[in-house]
Amino acid sequence: MKRLLELTLFELVDALRRGNVSREDVVDAYLSRIKEVDSKLHAYLAVNEEMRSNSSSEGLLFNAPIAIKDNISTRGLPTTCASKILEGYIPPYDATTVARIKAEGGLIIGKTNMDEFAMGSSTENSAYGPTYNPWNLECVPGGSSGGSAAAVAAREAVASLGSDTGGSVRCPAAFCGVVGVKPTYGLVSRYGLVAYANSLEQIGPITRDVRDAALLLSVICGRDPNDSTSVDPPSKDYLSALVVDVKGLKAGIPKEFFGEGTDPRVAEAVWRAIKLLESHGMEYEEVSFPHLPYSLPAYYIIAMSEASSNLARYDGVRYGFSAFEEGEEWVKVFSKTRALGFGAEVKRRIILGTFALSAGYYDQYYLKALKVRTLIKGDFDCAFKKFDVLLAPTMPLPAFKIGERIEDPLAMYMVDIDTVPINLAGIPAISVPCGFVDGLPVGLQIMAAPFHEHVMFRVAYTYEQCSSYHNLKPPI
Amino acid sequence: MQQQQDVVIGLEVHVQLTSLKTKLFCSCPSDYRGKPPNTHTCPVCLGLPGSLPVVNKKAIEFAVMAALALNCQVSERAVFFRKNYFYVDMSKNFQISMYDRAGGTPIGRGGYVDIDVDGTRKRVRISRIQLEEDPARLVHLGPIELSPYTLVDYNRAGIALLEIVTEPDLSSPKEARIFLQKLRSILEHCGIFDGSLEGSMRCDANISLAGGARVEIKNITSFKEVERALSFEIARQRELLKRGQQVRRETRHWDEDRRMTFTLRVKEEEHDYRYFPEPDLVPIVITEDFIERVRSMMPELPDHRAERFMREYGLPEYDARVLTSEKALADFFEACVKLYPSPKKVSNWLMTDTMRVLNEYNLDWSSIKMEPEHLAELLKLMDDGVISIKIAKLLIFDVVLKGIPPSKLVEEKGMKRIVDENYLSQLIEKIFREFPKAVQDALKDEKAVHFLVGQVMRHTKGRADPALTNELIRRKLNELQRSS
Amino acid sequence: MASRKLVSLEQTEHLSWLAKVELSEEEKRVFTEQLNRILEFFRKLDEVDTSNVQPTYHVVELTNVFREDEPASPLPQEEALRNAAHKKNGYFVAPKIV
Repeated sequence: MKRLLELTLFELVDALRRGNVSREDVVDAYLSRIKEVDSKLHAYLAVNEEMRSNSSSEGLLFNAPIAIKDNISTRGLPTTCASKILEGYIPPYDATTVARIKAEGGLIIGKTNMDEFAMGSSTENSAYGPTYNPWNLECVPGGSSGGSAAAVAAREAVASLGSDTGGSVRCPAAFCGVVGVKPTYGLVSRYGLVAYANSLEQIGPITRDVRDAALLLSVICGRDPNDSTSVDPPSKDYLSALVVDVKGLKAGIPKEFFGEGTDPRVAEAVWRAIKLLESHGMEYEEVSFPHLPYSLPAYYIIAMSEASSNLARYDGVRYGFSAFEEGEEWVKVFSKTRALGFGAEVKRRIILGTFALSAGYYDQYYLKALKVRTLIKGDFDCAFKKFDVLLAPTMPLPAFKIGERIEDPLAMYMVDIDTVPINLAGIPAISVPCGFVDGLPVGLQIMAAPFHEHVMFRVAYTYEQCSSYHNLKPPI
Repeated sequence: MQQQQDVVIGLEVHVQLTSLKTKLFCSCPSDYRGKPPNTHTCPVCLGLPGSLPVVNKKAIEFAVMAALALNCQVSERAVFFRKNYFYVDMSKNFQISMYDRAGGTPIGRGGYVDIDVDGTRKRVRISRIQLEEDPARLVHLGPIELSPYTLVDYNRAGIALLEIVTEPDLSSPKEARIFLQKLRSILEHCGIFDGSLEGSMRCDANISLAGGARVEIKNITSFKEVERALSFEIARQRELLKRGQQVRRETRHWDEDRRMTFTLRVKEEEHDYRYFPEPDLVPIVITEDFIERVRSMMPELPDHRAERFMREYGLPEYDARVLTSEKALADFFEACVKLYPSPKKVSNWLMTDTMRVLNEYNLDWSSIKMEPEHLAELLKLMDDGVISIKIAKLLIFDVVLKGIPPSKLVEEKGMKRIVDENYLSQLIEKIFREFPKAVQDALKDEKAVHFLVGQVMRHTKGRADPALTNELIRRKLNELQRSS
Repeated sequence: MASRKLVSLEQTEHLSWLAKVELSEEEKRVFTEQLNRILEFFRKLDEVDTSNVQPTYHVVELTNVFREDEPASPLPQEEALRNAAHKKNGYFVAPKIV
């Protein structure tokens, strides 16, 4: 048998059920692993020591320790969104995804670091300091779910949840060499996910392999009466989609995803993956998405507009940091609370979003972006009439150095170029490891039509079973 | 009230859908009145991070019913928007409201309410009806401006509000009050609203005088206040115009305690609400079937009820309108007529005697303790000659205010009519001895007889049977005449 | 195009007032410069002809998602207040309004 920490989620649950390992063994192994490496990685903002005493029911995740991104509400555990403004906030309720994990016997091992309010692609925007990439401690783990991806890569959790607004699950999954899924919009309940951009984001699993991702997604997906935008998929059984067979499947290769700014070595790794799948019977064809170059501005306008409204509630009255002083007038107190509580990137996005929605600019920015969104979605709708999946790089480059882009907001926004179109279109996508550049992992992005997660998993699983990148582990 | 042709008033009324059991976007119980602060909250109405709103289906049904009752065109597609602005009573610093963009229209548009002002009908047009959430309740330590902080109770936050906006069709404070009363009666008849609950109907008023700018007045908390606030504002604006000064376009706050308005913000400080569709909610499509179903459930409304009262009970129009101006009053009337089938008499006792008691104590109908059985009993006691009308008018105070059955009052207070001939004869003899001059007059002048009757009444505190007293006095006078 | 100023320092000030985020003089200056660069980038959308295009508010076309009017138990008072920095007698304490 593999060492306990090397077991995948699927294997671990199996071993626990069979009694080959005990819950105490698992809990001890993971907690001591965190003690061993997290001072170097800083993947966690809070570790749930109580986990030892939690009782757990039989279920699909029986006693498996799962890490949760710090913007997903956990009853009794801090949920700060890596922001000073939510310092000390402990939700009185569980997010639906967390409740579903618990209902299947999963244990919540801790809360993971992230870019403040999920705004960023490097986890450098955390008010509590950055997370480091387990493959190279000088590099970022990607973001915004950097802690969730680093924890899974470094064996600090068997699996984790992240949230993906414009690539925040797939980007760190690619940078950390693990699997990350952005589900179809509406497939997973957002209840309890602290909103950044409601119309774009979904919670998704980050795991060591495709089977784990399918398992975890099948647990958290489905209609939730607390989320009016959630729906039931045709089938929640994603495990049965896992067959090594892509014969007869057609893949589109959107050439805009390989454009200017793409590291040629990343493109090469992705093309090798495409060729490998072709050798197993998949057909492919290059395709052009005319509106793709407009994804980034459209995405950022929509995300910032929604964010400016979502983040208005942080005024220090009901929870979180407060600059309240007796006798001081409310406008002053609110403005001071927010000035001291939010980081620079969050303030920037709030101000920009406020601008995009304000009188006289709404049509030119917000409404325009929503119309461009229609066109981008149209490009995808059109492609999925012809193709079962689309294949592309997840990120145009491997993980960059800490500090390299943080001073220049636009340079940071640019790295999201291959992930944001998926959120605009609301389609599912998965990132699976497909190679290395300079010792840093590269991710292959597999996209499918809305609610066609099965075919996405099938292609991802086939590729994974025919390659070996997912078996490599970081040196830490 | 003087007719004020140059005054233009429009109202924006906020009515709580008090018949709902839960709030608009969460399952918190809506019966927050009189409860300890912050005991009726959940992650949604507290605006906790990550919480999401879910629309109360019944609220849509009630809003559509209100739209139909106010003769509105019902929206085919309604969309909730975020109205973004900061304030200390907001749990999210945006209010979920409706707005006509993104293919959505308010639940109701283009309706009207007919009101009766001094015997004339007037049509007040309704421009829109929509649903939105109530903010939290603020409590201050002492006077607002001296309070070092504000206390916030989120029990009210998220209660379903119906916003009803009129066209500027009202031309006096009195009309505004009558309109609100009529609106209250209509919504109460729909069964979606109870106007007797404190703060369940609030309004903002837009008012302009010829030659002045439009001024918005906020924080009017009842239809009694609307008349006061608008009268104050008209006087203020008239005074400014008289002195050749300008009326600024601004928003003013009605201070109920000091009975005056003061500046809240001027035009330059107006909000930029940055409306956009609430991404956590999906559009509401209202089908013809749904509308028909709501229409079929719609109870009788005040205007129809008034017509039926005229037809069925033979009441004059004036009576019918007054009785239907409040649902509880109309219900009382009908229940009472069932027990005492003399509608005009019941109507008279309600509209004059009962109202007089309420007015004297500055109460409204909701605080009445009298049951329909009580009034019916009171009227029967009179018919049976047990009490006089004068006694009845005395008794009704305790019946209305304390809800004591009249028969019990008569018993307890010994107010039965005196029909004892012996007793009365002896009393009359005593009075004749006391007032010989009056007796002499009475022998000659019929009118002087009344004085003697009055004396008997005075001695019996009105309990002497008037007919019997009259008869006994005349008999006595006749005896004297004959013996002289 | 690149030299066009889309947001002035005064506008940044107004936006910070609207958004209730106090900015230091230095922040105002830096933000104004960054806002202009980012907005310039956003204006790339001007190239797209959207004259006959409907906006996409929701990618999943749902309508009429409702909840029944049935009460559920609310949070106990102490739990509702637990995260508040300032509270008094069961109330949240907020700054004064006038």
